[in-house]
Parts: sequence; C-alpha cells; structure tokens
Amino acid sequence: MSIVTVQLGQCGNQIGHEVFSALCSDIRGTHGLCSKNENQSYQDSCKERFFCEEESAVPVARAVLVDMEPKVISQALSMAASSGLWRYSSHSHFCQKQGSGNNWANGYCVHGPRHKEAIMELVQREAERCDRLGGFFTIMSMAGGTGSGLGAFVTQCLRDAFPTSFILNHVIWPYGTGEVIVQNYNSVLTLSHLYHSSDALLVHENDVIHKICAQLMNIKQISFRDVNQVIAHQLGSVFQPAHPAGGGSGYSRNPLGDLMETLVPHPEFRMLGLRNIPQMPESSLPYSTFSWPGLLKHLRQMLIANAQMEEGIDWQVRPPHPGSSMPSTNKPLHFNTSIANLLILRGKDVHGVDLGSFQDPSLYTSWLNPQDAFNAWKTPRAFNKYEKSAALVSNSQFLLKPLDSIVGKAWNMFASKAYLHQYTKFGIQEEDFLDCFTTLEQVISSYTNL
Amino acid sequence: MTQSVVVQVGQCGNQVGCRFWDLALREHAAVNKKGIYDEALSSFFRNVDTRSGDNGPGIYKGKICSLKARALLIDMEEGVVNEILQGPLRDVFDSKQLITDVSGSGNNWAVGHKIYGCQYRENIVEKLRKTAEHCDCLQCFFIIHSMGGGTGSGLGTFVLNLLEEEFPEVYRFVTSVYPSGEDDVVTSPYNSVLAMKELNEHADCVLPIENESLFEIVNKIHQMINSGKLGSTVKQNSLVTSSAGSAKPVPEKPFDAMNNIVANLLLNLTSSARFEGSLNMDLNEISMNLVPFPRLHYLVSSLTPLYTLADVNVPSRRLDQMFSDAFSRDHQLIQADPKHSLYLACALLVRGNVQVSDLRRNIERLKPSLHFVSWNQEGWKTGLCSVPPVGHSHSLLALANNTCVKPTFIELKDRFMKLYKKKAHLHHYLQIDGMEQSCFSEAISSLTDLIEEYNELDATKGGPRIDPSRLKIAV
Repeated sequence: MSIVTVQLGQCGNQIGHEVFSALCSDIRGTHGLCSKNENQSYQDSCKERFFCEEESAVPVARAVLVDMEPKVISQALSMAASSGLWRYSSHSHFCQKQGSGNNWANGYCVHGPRHKEAIMELVQREAERCDRLGGFFTIMSMAGGTGSGLGAFVTQCLRDAFPTSFILNHVIWPYGTGEVIVQNYNSVLTLSHLYHSSDALLVHENDVIHKICAQLMNIKQISFRDVNQVIAHQLGSVFQPAHPAGGGSGYSRNPLGDLMETLVPHPEFRMLGLRNIPQMPESSLPYSTFSWPGLLKHLRQMLIANAQMEEGIDWQVRPPHPGSSMPSTNKPLHFNTSIANLLILRGKDVHGVDLGSFQDPSLYTSWLNPQDAFNAWKTPRAFNKYEKSAALVSNSQFLLKPLDSIVGKAWNMFASKAYLHQYTKFGIQEEDFLDCFTTLEQVISSYTNL
Repeated sequence: MTQSVVVQVGQCGNQVGCRFWDLALREHAAVNKKGIYDEALSSFFRNVDTRSGDNGPGIYKGKICSLKARALLIDMEEGVVNEILQGPLRDVFDSKQLITDVSGSGNNWAVGHKIYGCQYRENIVEKLRKTAEHCDCLQCFFIIHSMGGGTGSGLGTFVLNLLEEEFPEVYRFVTSVYPSGEDDVVTSPYNSVLAMKELNEHADCVLPIENESLFEIVNKIHQMINSGKLGSTVKQNSLVTSSAGSAKPVPEKPFDAMNNIVANLLLNLTSSARFEGSLNMDLNEISMNLVPFPRLHYLVSSLTPLYTLADVNVPSRRLDQMFSDAFSRDHQLIQADPKHSLYLACALLVRGNVQVSDLRRNIERLKPSLHFVSWNQEGWKTGLCSVPPVGHSHSLLALANNTCVKPTFIELKDRFMKLYKKKAHLHHYLQIDGMEQSCFSEAISSLTDLIEEYNELDATKGGPRIDPSRLKIAV
C-alpha cells in the first residue's frame, strides 16, 4: 500500500525533502546485513510505499508540496533533482507568492478556502497514482502560519474527501524559547483542530532534537538541516518496512493502519511520541557494538522516565508495584504511564530478542490488556548503517508536560489580549480561541489522569 | 515572491532613498553574478526594455536590460530630486515616477498635508496605481520621510493616508527621521506631533530614527578607523556608513554616511524576503509578531556589526559580540536604552553564515539581562537568511517593540507644549485652509494616549508575576 506525503509550509517542505533522501539512501545502501531476498523485498516494499516508478529514470516521491511562497519549494525541488537519486514530480507542488505571515487565521480562513480546489486536485492525482492508497502523512510545524493554519485546513479537507483513509499528522513543536512570538497561539489553534480531523499526531520537538544533535551527534554548529536530518532518520526507522507481529512472512501491507490499530485504541488519546536508539555520528558507527538487551534496557528506561535520549536517563524512576490496579494519584511521580507502545526492531539477530520487559503490566493503564497494549515489529534488514536499531512509538504521557506548557503560555498571552487583533482581522474570534483552549485542557486532563 | 514600493517624500526622504537604491544595486550586483533578472531583484526593481519602454523580460531568467526602481519620488522643491536625476542613479528612475513642485512647504506641515495634498492627490494616486500594476504581488509600501519639516512630514503623512485608502491590503512600513532637540527648524515640534497622529492611525509599523544616534555611530566608526589601535585594517565596503563599491564612490556630503545607515536598515529588513534562508522572515511576519496591540507599532532598530575587519577567520566570540552589541545603547538608531526598559517583543534577523544553534546560544545568554512583559516572556521572533550583506560574513538586525521609545515621545510632547502654550507660530498653520485648532488638540491627545499606553505597560515591569488561572475541566 502506498502513502501520500503532504509537505506543508517551510518546515514541512524542508523536512519532507530530508525524509525522502533518507529513505532513498537507506534502500540503496548495501549494509542490509540480511539475505538478498530479504533486502530485495525490503527495497520493493519501500519503493511501493513512498515512490512511484513510472517511465522515469529515478524514483518519484509520492508527495504533494504546498507553501504560500515559492522559495522553499523551489529549493526542495532542485535539491532533489540534483541528487540524481530521486526526485519530486514536476506537477505536484502548489505555491503562491506571499506567505501567511505566521498568522494561523490567515492560513486557515483565507488561504485554505481560496486554494482548496487546487491543492485537493494535486492530492487526488497523487492518490490515484497509488495502486492501493494506504493513507496520508502530512508534515507541518505548528508555530508558523502556513504549516499550521493551512495545514489544519488541508487535514480537514483530506478527512472530508477520504473518509475511510488513515491520516497521520507529523507535527513539529517549536523551540520553547521562541522562534515565532505568536507560536503558542498558533500551536493551540493547530492542535485542537487536528484533534478533530486527524487519526493521530506524531510529534517531534525542536528542543529535544537539538539536544540530540548537540550531545549525541557531537555537532558543533547545529543548523536546521542537521535537526531535520535527525528527524528524517527517526521517521525512517518507523516507516521503513517491517514485519508486523504474528509471524507472516510479508512486510506490512498497511503500515499506517497497523500503526493506528496498535497505538490509538481510544479517540481521546492521539498524541504519539517517538524515541530512537542508538543515535550517533556516522563516523562512530564502525567503532561501536550493540547488544539487544542493552539497547532495550535503555529504551525501556527512556520510556518509563520520559527521557528524551539515551544519555542522562534517570535510572531511579521505577514503575509502580504490580498487582491490583492503582489509583493514579498513588503512582510515583515522574513515572510515564503508557496507553500503548510499538517497538520496531531492525538488524542483526532480531528474532531471538526478549521483549518481556515491555509487556510488564505496570507500564500501562489498567483498561487495556498488556498483550494488546504492546506490539513489536521486526526486520532483519538493518536501517541506515546501524547494525542494530530500535524505534519506540509511544502513546503515553511523553508529551503531557510540553503540551501543558504551551497551553499555559498561550493562555497567559490570551488573558492580556495581546495580538488578538491580528487574528480577528482574518476571521478567528475570541470564542474560537476559547473552544480550542477547552479542547486542549480536556486532552491534558485525560492524559494526566491515566 | 513579493514586491515592495518605496515612496520617498521630502528632502530627507529623497536623500535617504537615494542612498538606499545605490546600496541595493550594490548588494544585488554582489550576489547576482550572471546578470539574470531574478526574483530577488524583482522585489525592488523592474526589468525594462528601454527601446519599447514597456516591461521587458519581466519573466525571470531573462537577462537584465535596464533596471528601474519601484519607487515614487515626491518633493515640493526641485533641488534634491534634480540632483538625483543628474547623478549616477539617473537611469534607475523613470521620469514618470516623480512628483515635484518649486516652492517647497516652508517647514509647515499644514502646507504639505492640506495644500499640496489636495493639489497633487490625483496625480499621486495615478502614479501609485501605475507602480502597483507593474507588481505581480505587491506586499509592502516603504515610506521614507522626516518628521520635522513640511513636505516629508505633511505630504508624507498625506500619502500614508492615501495608501491606506487605496491599497488597504498592502502593508505600510514607515521610516521616520525624528528631529533632535537642537533642530534648527523652530516649528519642528508642531510638524512632528501633527505627523505622529497620522502615524498612530495609519501606519502598520514605524521605524523611528534620530539624527543624533546616526551621528554618534558615524563618529564611533571614524574614531575606530583613525585610532588604528586594532592593528588590522577595516574592509572599506563593510562599513555600515560606506558607499564603497556603489555608483557613488566616496561620500561627498556629511549626511551620506548617516543616510547609508538607514539604507542598510531597509536592506537588512527585507533581506529574508528577497534571499533564501533556513528560517525565512517575511515583512508580514514582522508586523504580525512585533505589534501586539494596533497602536503600539513603533520599533527600535539596531544594526551590527558596524564594520568588519579584514581578518578572514572570525571566531565565534566575535559572533557573540555581535549579538551583545545589538542590545547596547550605542548601536540603537534612536536615543534609547532598551536594556533598561520593558520589551513587548523582539525580532532578530541574522544574515550570513550563522546557524540556529548560534542564535539559541545567544538568546539564552542575553535573555536574563532583558526585561520582557509578563505575557510574552519568550517573545522572540527569529529569522535566518543565508546571504550576508556586502563586505560582511554575517550581520544582525534587531527590532524591538520596547517601552524605551517613550522618552522620545515625551520629549516631543514637551517641546510641542512649550510652543503651543504661547501659541507661537500658530497662525502660520491656522491660516491654511482646512486647519483648525482642533487639529492640534487632537494630535496632542493622540500622542498623550500613546504615551499613556506605554506607561501602563511600564507599570507592570518588575512586579510579581501572577499567571491567570487556567480553564477547569470537569473530570
């Protein structure tokens, strides 16, 4: 099944380009470390999912590029073409001349309706090129105007036009110390709207990735390109083909559907976080060896203690005592309760790995069977030169604190009515803001009471 | 890609404007080696085939035939505009883009606004329409003028009004040169306050500039060059005051150096809209992020570095120094001290080889020493543009919406009241058709209200931070 990627705004288009690059370079790599058949099967599956191989010499990404100003899209198109390894279709982009000015209302109320037809036509065409449509993957930031506002509008349109397809929104959370002054307003508006039309939100926080770049990747002068490449690597480790649990020889034919099924059992809980291990500069790879028990022990503690990467983990945090169900107030502080977890293992010796530690019922809420709450996908085919690597997609309290912080700051600004005139002049009124705050406070409350 | 139109009004406006166009050509020449008319150029210039007189290969990728500035030059005396038209920039301006008269406005806002405004209204509207038609997607009008005189102040604000009426969707950024205390124009307080009312009501963003600050920066650079204590030579074309490499080789007039600073301000402001970068900051984003309440749209600007040494290696210490300087008193373009007042919002536009980690590191470093308003503690807007200005490897433009503009306005009000109480020179204004006493009282009350808004915000500074309580959800 194929996934159509919709890249929205500057961030969405910059990241989207890095994702396709990472996927392409992974399948071309000869470090598969697995049998030739397996490798072939992996490559075919990846190509079917993300690329279209028509008469063209190089694979064409199944993507629609949308932005309200032309500079970023033209850069993405030309960088892809000059790589010689893959390219974007020449007819799958939409741009205007003037951006959204970091104004969510401008993106949602003005650009959205104005350009709906043109954008949806591009999406429709891309969807028709798929033999079987597996769903949509949208990439956007929530701090600006286009990715956030227009992105929320487009997601709604996707939901209306494809009511039975899966929609996964990849949302980038901005640095806490400001990239955009009204970023908290834009974030609140985006998240509340996405919650109503999307199936799940997969979140990356710039602060977290920045730390990974600084401490694990040893990059001295970190650029947005570095950040985007780490994000692309993490996404690749989730979306590259893997065998779903339950044996079966083929690679998952419905990746988005499988993801939703395992991770989103209840519509109130749709926020997914992502952790990846190991993460290091490419130059260090030849000198490192990994063991599955070691990797999984770290990953499990990262889950429990809500650590953002494999350094600086708080090993003191322990799950509550197993046994009878505990009222949430008695659970130890800092312990990250999960609703559902998905582990994706790639590389050497995957099949013998012991995953019992992740099936421990004390990690999870009481209302799901641990057998249902935890799933694992595996493939012996190594990813991106890492001999062994594991990705954890988690529906848990990972994002509770950052969400609470964003809503708090937005509320603080809202109480003083600062900047509201910029939104009302494009059609978003104070009542609309209040509705959005209410939605998110509800989400925060639900996750807090796990 | 969007276009912007520059409207330069009065002597000061046109002199600054002239420096702007000169430096803009220099900047694009440095970046655009192949002589292709590209999108960056089209933001300020048209590509015209001089033989047919129409727009030539306006479609991008065509070769440059003849560049015409997207500008309107307005002056009620001919001297300055004539000089421009005889100088090296004569080919950049279309004769149809000029509006001049002979006798000037006599340093009288009312003459500029009421008499010439009325007289030239249609002419101005027609020429603005023409310039707008040549634009694919017009985003912004830049008005350059001074506040203290008659034409720039009076006719300039009349044009501002006109722009709001005729082109309500297009942003209006105004660069206003405020008179200093020792200004030789006696009536400058009247002119300035009358103009302020118009700026309050019709501008999207105002960048106030004071001659004293420009003068101090020029002096600082002179001292630095002449002292020779740094041991290395300065790259001539990197001086923020320099015209080196442009059509006019050496600054001939004393104001040229000062005007170059303002020209550089405008170039840096629009750099992210013209050139690519990893985090673009367009003009509409500046207005969105820096104006929390409609009338508080006065932005204090600072440019760093003022010069670059000819050393090739620039350690990151220098980079950090650039950020520190942006917040120091002597780099501001008005006499103000933002560090000791209250920030409502702050924007940092970095050009050149600077990455997001450098930006974050410096924000973290400087934040503790700055006071931000309680509802905008992390009020930073950042932009990264890959193309540095001529002669530099990187540069920073800081725009602050800060209560430190208040003293400037208070002083203006005081100077106004000194004259007004005695009704000095009032008759020159009141005898103009359309001017009444109420114009003055409305203007001063508009200024007073503005000062009061800043006062209210200042009162919150340093107080205890009480966050409003959040919405409660029934579990």
